Amino acid sequence: MMPPLLRKVLLVDLFAGLRVTFRSQNPKNIYTEQYPAERPKVAERYRGAPRLLKDENGKTLCNACGACALACPEQLIVVGSIRNAETKKKELTTYTFDLSRCMFCGMCQEACPSDAIKLTQDFELATYSREGLIWDRQMLEDGPKPKQYKC
Amino acid sequence: MPEATFLDSTELVLNMGPQHPSTHGVLRVILKLDGEKVLGTDCVIGYLHRGVEKVGENRTWAQFNPYVDRLDYVAAVSNSLAYCLAVEKLLSAEIPVRAQAVRVILTELNRIGSHLLWLGTHALDIGAITPVFYCFREREESLKILEKYCGARLTTHAFRIGGLEYETYDGFEREVLAFCDMFLPKVDEYEELLTNNRIWVGRLQNVGVLPGDECKEYGVTGPVLRAAGVKWDIRKAVPYSGYEKYDFEVPTRENGDTYDRYIVRMQEMRQATRIIRQAVEGLTAGPIFGKVPKVIKPPAGEAYVSIEAPKGELGFYVVSDGGPQPYRVRVRPPSFINLQALDRMVRGLLIADVVAVIGTLDIVLGEVDR
Repeated sequence: MMPPLLRKVLLVDLFAGLRVTFRSQNPKNIYTEQYPAERPKVAERYRGAPRLLKDENGKTLCNACGACALACPEQLIVVGSIRNAETKKKELTTYTFDLSRCMFCGMCQEACPSDAIKLTQDFELATYSREGLIWDRQMLEDGPKPKQYKC
Repeated sequence: MPEATFLDSTELVLNMGPQHPSTHGVLRVILKLDGEKVLGTDCVIGYLHRGVEKVGENRTWAQFNPYVDRLDYVAAVSNSLAYCLAVEKLLSAEIPVRAQAVRVILTELNRIGSHLLWLGTHALDIGAITPVFYCFREREESLKILEKYCGARLTTHAFRIGGLEYETYDGFEREVLAFCDMFLPKVDEYEELLTNNRIWVGRLQNVGVLPGDECKEYGVTGPVLRAAGVKWDIRKAVPYSGYEKYDFEVPTRENGDTYDRYIVRMQEMRQATRIIRQAVEGLTAGPIFGKVPKVIKPPAGEAYVSIEAPKGELGFYVVSDGGPQPYRVRVRPPSFINLQALDRMVRGLLIADVVAVIGTLDIVLGEVDR
């Protein structure tokens, strides 16, 4: 170890710090994401905007059992259904999801027996009003369509 | 009577916070000052009070789990682990070995993330701008693993009562080991920047000294306690989630000043990497969910479980009346109890040192106010 006076005179601490700084100067190691131009790829299991899925024939997978509404800690899901007189089965009429209170815990998709509700990788959810965050069945089935900016 | 001079300064009361960036959130400290010397402090807390404990009484046992992540949001996984362990103790449920090991890996990864955030912001408070960028760069890597595993970076909701919800993804082991390999040289890099830096040592040494016996009187836990020479780590003392299987050391220092707490946390990051490596190498195939009923109704009774969170002893005291909802959930947050010692630590110091002491206590206001 150098004597303290010599360390002071020769600015050892300064150069030790600068060495670390210059070691990280390689442009290959740049971390900044150019966000609107280049969108980050979020993980496969990412819990973002909810989506009400349909099967290949365009029929909803939801069988209106209401398990998601029961599982939700914030009780922000409302499932509306009517009983079909012919098949004696419940059919989905409305589905409301209040995203403004959602904390993306994923308990609705875990509770769903038919894998109809799913938190997807869409993460751009900003709206101009609180009401815009209350999603109806149409919005949940189509998914959000954020405006894409060219850069 | 002679005219008043600048030497007869009277006491000045000054508000620091709740918007001050160095109070790490919404902490308001009322400083009583003589010139720049601190004569006493009053902490005003509660700006972030959300009534989490009361929320728990109105949710089912499983539904309360995601709220717990919002206490210490920097180390959400630790909170979730403590809550799940407490409810599992009530249920006397057995947790499979694989689930325990994955829990340890994620908790230690989150400990590294929490310490990195502390190091970056603490250095920023002191005036060293550089480390925060490096710390966030490495923290990002640990958060990426969390995101890939459970789909969220901060409020993870990673564990469930009874085990895990998600199986590890393909390449989990490889990525975690790669993180360990990458991370250890980076700790050396931070130390290169700070440990022997003249300004850093001058600002931290002998600032905010809290000796070991006073730590015990205040109930202070975590790195603050260990920096004062008390070798107390719940992972060693009351092992939970299979910590008895891993070989690691509990770093301690003697002086109990801010510099020692910095050294202890740096060592803890190295030890955490060691634990992660052992846990990943010992990962065996097997079930990830124990025998827990679908609707959780623990038998009437109470349980207290505490774990070693990054900030200290995090305890959950849960009471059940046999119903589907908790009768009472009480959190023992480490930050709240460590914050008590602030007044004792800053008396006689300067205002700039108050910032250093708040930083070194590593408080998260979400946990203080609950």
